[in-house]
Amino acid sequence: MGGVTLLRNKFGKLAVSTLAGAMLMVTAACGGGTDSGTAASPEASKSGLKVGLAFDVGGRGDKSFNDSAYAGLERAQKELGAEIKDLSPAGDGSNRGALLEQLAQAGYNPIIGIGFAYEADVKKVAAEYPDLQFAIVDSGSSGPNVTGLTFAEHQGSYLAGVAAALKSKSGHIGFVGGVKGALIEKFEAGFVAGAKATKPDIKIASEYLAPEGQFDGFKAPEKGKAEAEKMFQDGVDIVYHAAGDSGVGVFQATVEANKNGGGKWAIGVDSDQALTIKEADQQKIIMTSMLKRVDNGVYEFIKAFKDGAKGGQTVAYDLKVDGVGLSTTGDHISDVQAKVDEAKAKIVSGEITVPDKP
Amino acid sequence: MKDGALQRTLLTLAGAVVAVLLAFVVSSAAIIVAGADPGTALLAMFDFGATDIAVSSSIALILNRAVPLFIAGLAVAIGFRMNLFNIGVEGQYRVAALTAAFVGGQLALPAPVHLTVIIVVAMVAGGLYALIPALLKVYRGVNEVISTIMLNFIALSMAAYLVRGPLSGPRDEGQLTTSTTPLPESAQLPNANFLFDLFGMPAPRGAGLWGFIIVAVVVGVVIWALLSFTRFGFELKASGLNATAALASGVNPKTMVISAMVLSGAIAGLISMPEILGRSFAYGTGFTPGLGFLGIAVALLGRNQPVGIALAALLFGFLDRASAPLQFADIPPSVVTIIQGSIVLMVVIANEVTRRIALRWEERRAAARLAVPVKTGATA
Repeated sequence: MGGVTLLRNKFGKLAVSTLAGAMLMVTAACGGGTDSGTAASPEASKSGLKVGLAFDVGGRGDKSFNDSAYAGLERAQKELGAEIKDLSPAGDGSNRGALLEQLAQAGYNPIIGIGFAYEADVKKVAAEYPDLQFAIVDSGSSGPNVTGLTFAEHQGSYLAGVAAALKSKSGHIGFVGGVKGALIEKFEAGFVAGAKATKPDIKIASEYLAPEGQFDGFKAPEKGKAEAEKMFQDGVDIVYHAAGDSGVGVFQATVEANKNGGGKWAIGVDSDQALTIKEADQQKIIMTSMLKRVDNGVYEFIKAFKDGAKGGQTVAYDLKVDGVGLSTTGDHISDVQAKVDEAKAKIVSGEITVPDKP
Repeated sequence: MKDGALQRTLLTLAGAVVAVLLAFVVSSAAIIVAGADPGTALLAMFDFGATDIAVSSSIALILNRAVPLFIAGLAVAIGFRMNLFNIGVEGQYRVAALTAAFVGGQLALPAPVHLTVIIVVAMVAGGLYALIPALLKVYRGVNEVISTIMLNFIALSMAAYLVRGPLSGPRDEGQLTTSTTPLPESAQLPNANFLFDLFGMPAPRGAGLWGFIIVAVVVGVVIWALLSFTRFGFELKASGLNATAALASGVNPKTMVISAMVLSGAIAGLISMPEILGRSFAYGTGFTPGLGFLGIAVALLGRNQPVGIALAALLFGFLDRASAPLQFADIPPSVVTIIQGSIVLMVVIANEVTRRIALRWEERRAAARLAVPVKTGATA
């Protein structure tokens, strides 16, 4: 029973301070004359553009997917004078819905969910707050006030596959996905198709760090490192990752593999990782990055919102509009650039249709 | 005797206060290292929003997080009571969630029956999955910690495969997440927003307070009664305190291991019910993982007592909700994890320290009581 008294006392304190806090807030609300019955949006329009953004697991600082989104948000802050707020979920992603709701309650409009894992939560919260505008990256629109921002990852990955097949000396390349599922499989499918189309006899190893729904696969550099190490031991010389924060582990493994004989490369994803990664030794082994211009998607959505656009449609960012592509930082792929450009032209013209499922 | 009880209560109280204070000192250090102000952080954590509705919504968020944690804590505590470490709650509730959501999505029944069927299926599935480590322990001597950890991995991968393949529901074109067939309306539990009316508060926005909170309270009371007033509860406690003595007095250890494990698993099966019946209406990519592991901390904090577990779950719910307000105040959300960790650590330390001090007092008092008559006898 000791535990009960112990917790009761602690909780008593907690309850009193909570109550006090709540009462203070209520008094403040009354003083401010805020009508509790209306939504938070009128407040927002008064103070200008307030953009809320909720990251996927991995959060800000993954130097990949989330950071690309943040770059777009920062650009909106600079160029559109937006007030911005970004939130990261718990490591297990359990509070995604709560983050969106809390952004809505705090008067943010528009609100952007980064990553397809927000699909269900954006749909629910957008229905609960019909007077606010929402956007979701990597998923289609799911309501009249939801804008979908999708990217043709398979097309960009096809180009990465072409470059990898041409640059590989061992004829054996690898793919490391963060979390199994339809999204990351688009990267895999494009990469495999591009490599096979360039060199039909190429060997490709594909591995995922976590099963579907276990989002910590995007936040596990140690797993990424172990997987890439295994591939290099098996004779792979180029590894393409689509694993968010876990990709750092792939880069570390590549640096180490180069110590016992060079010629090993990694291909980055989403951001131009040769620029976003701080470590000089890792920058050097990034052959190219499959750019996914989430920054453009986010910025253009905010700009359109400011100009009065309403949701309900899905904006697709593909090769045609340079929504995806390959980075050239470091000039490591200049020797195969012509072939890459040729493949790109064929995809844009429709001569090649890239599969989005493996 | 009365004196001793009072002293012990005061001691526990002092221990709790010191534990919470120490936890805040440790967290403050972490907040300062993270480059923020602890005072701002504390204010942010108690900032429930500017309007009545926002306050209601914040409280609903806390309760919606606390209810699954409470059930998880109960499930773990049943095993802990007899020194069984059911680390497998995590896997058991996942298997139960998938099975119950799938079965529920296939049926068309009147609402009360439909809900009951889903809840019963969840409990049976969780209980059966817990039966595996129980049988392994009883008949093959396999340590339940190892077997349940392994079964967690199996549950995770199996569920991921099943929800994509055989048990997958309809999927919109271009939709990247997968889930089971959504539950029909008859299986959707109404919300419990009327509880806010009782306290004269406005109903929260959105999905509101999940209706399962009422079932959870009933489950809590039943478990409390079961543990405190029944023969099963007594035998559970006896086996935990001294297995040999329990065996000597006629308690069958095999039956106890199996029944405690299965009951723990059956309760674990309920963990995801608040969310599935109250908000998501399906098992899918957005499933909340990790509650089984958090349940271990909640059970520890609550000292395996239903009331204590409830309070610990509320504390965790409160801290989890603070994640967003802290970020609004530009404090990294990892601070919440640090606060949670330090509170658990400090409370466990305080429990142990106060237990030892109480023991020493007890010994001294007993010694004094024995010594006094001898002394008086000698002087007389």
